[in-house]
Amino acid sequence: MQDFEPNVVVFCCRWCSYAAADLAGTSRMTANPQFVVIRTMCSGRIDPEFILDAFAKGADGVLVTGCHPGDCHYVNGNYKTRRRMLLLEEVLEQFGIDRKRLRCEWISASEGGKFVKTIDEFIGTIKKLGPIDGIK
Amino acid sequence: MKQRIGVFVCHCGINIASTVQIERVVEAIKEYPGVVHAEDYEYMCSDPGQGMIRARIKEKNLTGVVVAACSPTLHELTFRNVTALSGLNPYRCEMANIREHCSWIHKDVDKATKKAIKIIKTIVEKVKLNEELTPLSVPITKRALVIGGGIAGIQSALDIANAGYQVILVEKSSSIGGHMAQLSETFPTLDCSQCILTPKMVEVAQHKNIKLYNYAEIDDVSGYVGNFKVKIRLKASYVDWSKCVGCGLCIEKCPTKVASEFEQGLAPRKAIYVPFPQAVPNKPVIDREHCRYFKTGKCRVCEKVCDLDAIKFDEEDDFVEEEVGAIVVATGYEVYGVQNIGEYGAGRYKDVVDGLQFERLLSASGPTNGEIRRPSDGQIPRRVAFVSCVGSRDPELHKPYCSKVCCMYLAKHAMLYKHRVPDGQPIIFYIDIRSDGKGYEEFVQRAQEEDHVTYIRGKVSKIYEDNGELVLLSADTLAGMPIELRCDLVVLGMAICPSSGVDELTKKLKIQTDANGFLTEAHPKLRPVESLTPGIFIAGCAHAPKDIPDTVAQASAASSKVLEMFGQKELSHDPMVAWVDEDLCSGCGVCISLCPYDARELEIKEGKRIATVKEILCEGCGSCIAGCPAGACQQRNLDDKQVIRMVETVLSRG
Ligand code: FES
Repeated sequence: MQDFEPNVVVFCCRWCSYAAADLAGTSRMTANPQFVVIRTMCSGRIDPEFILDAFAKGADGVLVTGCHPGDCHYVNGNYKTRRRMLLLEEVLEQFGIDRKRLRCEWISASEGGKFVKTIDEFIGTIKKLGPIDGIK
Repeated sequence: MKQRIGVFVCHCGINIASTVQIERVVEAIKEYPGVVHAEDYEYMCSDPGQGMIRARIKEKNLTGVVVAACSPTLHELTFRNVTALSGLNPYRCEMANIREHCSWIHKDVDKATKKAIKIIKTIVEKVKLNEELTPLSVPITKRALVIGGGIAGIQSALDIANAGYQVILVEKSSSIGGHMAQLSETFPTLDCSQCILTPKMVEVAQHKNIKLYNYAEIDDVSGYVGNFKVKIRLKASYVDWSKCVGCGLCIEKCPTKVASEFEQGLAPRKAIYVPFPQAVPNKPVIDREHCRYFKTGKCRVCEKVCDLDAIKFDEEDDFVEEEVGAIVVATGYEVYGVQNIGEYGAGRYKDVVDGLQFERLLSASGPTNGEIRRPSDGQIPRRVAFVSCVGSRDPELHKPYCSKVCCMYLAKHAMLYKHRVPDGQPIIFYIDIRSDGKGYEEFVQRAQEEDHVTYIRGKVSKIYEDNGELVLLSADTLAGMPIELRCDLVVLGMAICPSSGVDELTKKLKIQTDANGFLTEAHPKLRPVESLTPGIFIAGCAHAPKDIPDTVAQASAASSKVLEMFGQKELSHDPMVAWVDEDLCSGCGVCISLCPYDARELEIKEGKRIATVKEILCEGCGSCIAGCPAGACQQRNLDDKQVIRMVETVLSRG
């Protein structure tokens, strides 16, 4: 499992968590590189289907990030995200996917450190879980 | 259409180039399907860099551009403008963030290089499906509505009117002026409130650009930024103001007396009344609830004495409609009721008054002509206790927030009392002294040192009446002693709350309030005077407790936001909004409940229910899109297909 290099998709909302990822870079922090960020306006744009689709196509992990509750730039998009992700976690097990492969985290624009920590921890978890072997 | 995408990779000096092998990236991307050109440059954002992109768009006849450089937050606009200059639609240009999200955050050159390639491919896939968009443009009605005629509304209205635009000012009571008109003197300079306010009130009334609807309320608001339609209810005053000259004879002869709101119940007024002598406009109204004629069918004394025939008992509420482009909400505050504070007598004790009542006792035009006399027996109080934080900073029982002005006005009250009753004894009970404005700390010091106001740190636990005196139980927490104090008058620094009725108004305006009912700003730091609804701005205590200088500053800030809008020919709106595939939409309406902006609407089209999008209201968050069970709803330039293609690209090995 040592040289398993996971493939992780990270969704960021443009206002908070994307800015946090920018800040992590600007502050020259170091994160595990096995992920790519996809930017949406708000975490509320993230359709659970994107995540199922990602797993079906071989994502080892999906990280959904957004503004802290109450800070969403579109009033309450992240509350909707939270609801959707909770439901989705239930569904994942039914597809034989460990629910730990999906994580939802609120990261403000000033939390570059939290962004890096979340990435490293999450990729660590995924490494332990090993490669995904498809949706059952 | 066959895509011809150009990719421009920036070195950013060594910022990208030292971790990402640029040559390798260019070689790899050149081969990628859809890409017809890839090139690198040291500083893509520099003049030569921009020139290079412009030249290539033309030479290579590019249909899309990807700039692989820093974060789009920094330069997306720059490169979209470059693209537009070469005649390519700016929304066909995107940035791939290989600096912040790659070269800066990773150390391993090989991995960072591979990752940079992947990031660029992901964005190339997005650009392939990007549509050509044009910002939506909306016409603006360059007239503003200001709701509330206190100092915030007055300032806002004057600023906008002085800039040359028309203002509709709506005030619910019969005179403008608000609470500031009730104040005696203002901290920390002790200038007379009326003297600085009344000239502004007169200016409003005489301004050629201001249309004042006093004794009026907002009945309904429709439309959106730049184009609101407002229905205003003009409450029946039963007096024809066009005939009335304000002689006051009707008031003099009216037989009915009720407690005056303006005097905070400390003096009577008549059933036909002008709230205070300097009222603007200075025209009376009949208080239907108390008028003898309305109650018993007999009287009409006012009508008999009016030579001008101005009394109209049969008047009814009237409605007018106005069209405006922007709205400033300045609905102010009211004082939290003493009746909520059981341990202080809940309003049973006449000589326990609130801050506004004490203002009236201090006011030269007040019920005691400025002499401090206690309400119960008219005696001059020899010892007065002032209690701060009543109902404020008490999350368990009352309001969790600090009401901001009480520390200062209680210091002022104590000081002014001492000026009027030199041998009197003012004592302030406080928890903390908050004096954070310009000249405020000095003012509190002055109260203590020059006017010998005693400050005791401790919360008052109980107030009761005993033998014509009031007894306060407290503790001196600095000395660690319990205190029992007898005094003649108690002034409570009550919490201030949003005006009643604001709740209803915010529903009509579709703006948000916080847990305490105060209006919510769009961003607490960067957009402090905008509501989340475009075109609606907020000012004064409706937003949070604040003093007069802050209120005036915020009101002017709100006006400048309005003027910023009015300075434009048309409003432009981001085109990355939601749209609906009408064939797929089943009209279930889920999106309507998900939209925080009321941008989604059910319409019947050819007998079929369709959930449409009011583009101008859509902020492009995408909540409704993620929630659409039919996939009928999509976002311009970030539709499901694009996201799925991007995810696939991230996941492709190699
Ligand atoms: S904008 Fe960040 S979660 Fe909505």
